[in-house]
Amino acid sequence: MTTATPTRAEREAKLEGMGCKRKRVEDIRFTQGRGNYIDDLKLPGMLFGDFVRSPYAHARVKRIDTSKALKVPGVLAVLTAEELKGVNLAWMPTLAGDVQMVLADGKVLFQNQEVAFVVAEDRYAAADGVEAVEVEYEELPVIVDPFKSMALDAPVLREDLAGKTSGTHGPRKHHNHIFEWSVGDKAGTDAAFQNAEVKIKELISYHRTHPSPLETCQCVAAFDKVKGELTVHGTFQAPHVIRTVASLLSKIPEHKVHVISPDIGGGFGNKVGAYPGYICAIVASIVTGKPVKWVEDRIENLTSTSFARDYHMTTEIAATRDGKVTGLRVYALTDHGGFDACANPSKFPAGFFSIVTGSYDFPVAHAVVDAVYTNKAPGGVAYRCSLRVTEAAYAIERGMDILAQKLNMDPAELRLKNFIRREQFPYQSALGWEYDSGDYHTALNKAMEAVGYRQLRAEQAAKRAAFKRGETREIMGVGVSFFTEIVGAGPSRNCDILGLAMFDSCEIRVHPTGAAMARMGSKSQGQGHETTYAQIIASEIGIPADDIMIEEGNTDTAPYGIGTFGSRSTPVAGAAIAMASRKIRNKAQMIAAYMLEVHEGDLEWDIDGFRVKGLPERFKGMKEIAWAAYNSPPPGMEPGLEAVSYYDPPNMTFPFGAYICVMDIDVDTGVYKVRRFYALDDCGTRINPMIIEGQVHGGLTEAFAIAMGQEIRYDEIGNVLTGSFQDFFVPTAVETPHWETDHTVTPSPHHPIGAKGVGESPNVGGVPAFSNAVNDAFSFLGSTHIQMPHDYWRNWMAAKRLGLHE
Amino acid sequence: MKASENVGENAMAKAHLKMKVNGREVEGLVEPRRLLIHFLREDLALTGAHIGCDTTHCGACTVDLDGKSVKSCTMFAVQAEGASITTIEGMANADGSLHPLQEGFRMEHGLQCGFCTPGMILRAHRLLQENPNPSEEEIRFGISGNLCRCTGYQNIVKAIQYAAAKMGGAACKEAAE
Repeated sequence: MTTATPTRAEREAKLEGMGCKRKRVEDIRFTQGRGNYIDDLKLPGMLFGDFVRSPYAHARVKRIDTSKALKVPGVLAVLTAEELKGVNLAWMPTLAGDVQMVLADGKVLFQNQEVAFVVAEDRYAAADGVEAVEVEYEELPVIVDPFKSMALDAPVLREDLAGKTSGTHGPRKHHNHIFEWSVGDKAGTDAAFQNAEVKIKELISYHRTHPSPLETCQCVAAFDKVKGELTVHGTFQAPHVIRTVASLLSKIPEHKVHVISPDIGGGFGNKVGAYPGYICAIVASIVTGKPVKWVEDRIENLTSTSFARDYHMTTEIAATRDGKVTGLRVYALTDHGGFDACANPSKFPAGFFSIVTGSYDFPVAHAVVDAVYTNKAPGGVAYRCSLRVTEAAYAIERGMDILAQKLNMDPAELRLKNFIRREQFPYQSALGWEYDSGDYHTALNKAMEAVGYRQLRAEQAAKRAAFKRGETREIMGVGVSFFTEIVGAGPSRNCDILGLAMFDSCEIRVHPTGAAMARMGSKSQGQGHETTYAQIIASEIGIPADDIMIEEGNTDTAPYGIGTFGSRSTPVAGAAIAMASRKIRNKAQMIAAYMLEVHEGDLEWDIDGFRVKGLPERFKGMKEIAWAAYNSPPPGMEPGLEAVSYYDPPNMTFPFGAYICVMDIDVDTGVYKVRRFYALDDCGTRINPMIIEGQVHGGLTEAFAIAMGQEIRYDEIGNVLTGSFQDFFVPTAVETPHWETDHTVTPSPHHPIGAKGVGESPNVGGVPAFSNAVNDAFSFLGSTHIQMPHDYWRNWMAAKRLGLHE
Repeated sequence: MKASENVGENAMAKAHLKMKVNGREVEGLVEPRRLLIHFLREDLALTGAHIGCDTTHCGACTVDLDGKSVKSCTMFAVQAEGASITTIEGMANADGSLHPLQEGFRMEHGLQCGFCTPGMILRAHRLLQENPNPSEEEIRFGISGNLCRCTGYQNIVKAIQYAAAKMGGAACKEAAE
């Protein structure tokens, strides 16, 4: 039998390594209904827990009567704060250094706050039990508007903090104040503004919204009394963090806590934190000795487990008359709801808001973040963005447009004039970051050319003239956004959560037959890690991706990691994969040298094995090497072929992109039409272009939702007005625009494979692109800034305010 | 924790139920208020259809019932008495090969977290029964009762077009033979 030797291209193709549009491994099970999500789990004897929630936003809890509930058929028990106090769990720590009530302890601070937990034989009986719990409330005055939070006569929200003039993040200046955080050169910035030829100042609000993954937050807790072990299956983006927190809170030793995150139906930041549902399910399981499932419904999800944004940013830019920026000053008033439950690294109470200088070469800047409590749900999480980065990007990208308007300059020209230039990288920003790499001019120029930017502006000018002549009632906006993200948290010298350094990890085992398995500290929620991680390994050690299994989410088997959020999987876990792979390749090289009877240094790597330099026919493939590694290793070498890497990144990564949105708005109805949306992303090295494109589509759709209507809105007494998918805008296929994607490639110089992360870029860059398009449409009518979200009604209102309906 | 003495006293009268699911006769004993989605997922262990919103908006629970797309979270199990239901578990061909829609969703990257996928495929299946060669606009309108938070729908549209082309091709081939 003769077989043709495969060509190098064939060998390369067989690996399906980095850069290839490999089809997803996960899809095999998902398309057949064989996914394994939390609510699919059914353990023997499993009970079901459900919450009694507060109808009031702020009230004293006078009395809880569970007696009728306990008579409901199927109801086994009811937990209240009193019971939780017995195990010291009525309150729990948040990831942001605050504490949060697990169940209402004396009062409630937001509508739908957890008041009691009913445990029953099934979900129907639990719901019956919830109905039968009687709670007597005494209403208290409500604060919904963060701007009223620190009024002298504002009601005290957090009585537990009475007399505490200092919190985790420094001094508190008012009973409803959480922290003030500032960064930059105040004196220098003040001086820049004093000397400025041109200044703009605008309150730019990023409204409250919610990540709302299609699968809500849920868990099954199972305590084994005999073994003293706790197993928690849950929708956890960060399973190891949950294990450590569960161990610390429950006092069960960490090796006896098993946390399992199976398939997760989307996360978008919603599933990073620890919620009362998890604690109650765990306590209920310890008490009953049976597994307890807790599944949020959609209303509970939208109104209690986290929110995102609610940042109100007074943004000032100083510039010269010819459009060179000379200073940036931002004051952000931020609403964290009843408890500060952000998922920020400990030293960054406002996340990475200091990326607010964006893509521009600001000589000096100063930012202040003032955080307050209100009677709204606690948070806020990073909804498909690195921590507080989308807020920062929105402030600077709206700010630059407002400056352009004031200068009567084209917004794209203003950006090109102020970009950090390619040769300035690595670039030290005025607020303390070292941007790793970038080529902003190339990206924006490519984007402008792709959409025919000059022609669009000419068309807009003609339309504006026609509008003024009364020939049309439609206005046209061109929204330009150029964002720089900061992702991949992060270096242990400044990034930790509750003291846990933010490294990530990978363990690879190559089996004797040359197939492999890799276990990870990260956790996919739809990003396709099982597909893309295998591609990295395939390229690094020459084993076909199809022969590599990726396992995530089981804390018993996976190496410790901080999980998947803030676009950190590729920058941190992806780097750990490359480093672990390289350890394996190093060992493989020694084995190959022994097999080929040459010195290691005489070998070179070639796609899927090692060959002797200058003697191409003397070659050992990884498959053979793997067999030898176990069964005939060189004398003195330990058998086996596996490696583990814990990767502590030297820096964050800084993906960027240029987005352009073209929109038409009817001023009489407020109805908009997205004519075109072009997104150019530079995420460094591209692992799987198909998956990148999918991520960009999804992120843009979420950005579209947020900018054009999606919000968590409250009335003046703290009732949630957008608590279901009836009112909370999630676009369908009909509203969602068509997306055009493009890219440039500027690898990260400090990342082993040069990748930067992409999942969140489209949300960060997309929101300002949409908002700038709406604002650009109205700008020629004397409008400077219209607040998001830009739904039909608000567009109509904007037109009305501008006198267009008279 | 206060304990109750009501263990096992769940006394609501139950209804006997018969239906055909994925070509198989099934029966059950359910409370009249039991939702079809819970009957499918918990009693029949067909966990492919999911629950995403509880208010009939998201379509993750979509199944095919007597030739119509139905959101099984908005129907009582007893209302499906005598019906014939297809779920995602019944979509693959008898030989185990995938339905063109299942194949199309993978080939065109029409899914990410996979949570909406079973409902989306079932809806697309009915859409293609009603309109074998839909335009992009018709597809977008046709799946507008099903929400996806991950993909932005663009690749879902392509996946359905892939299946339509493949199924149309197969039909033409059969006709020619």
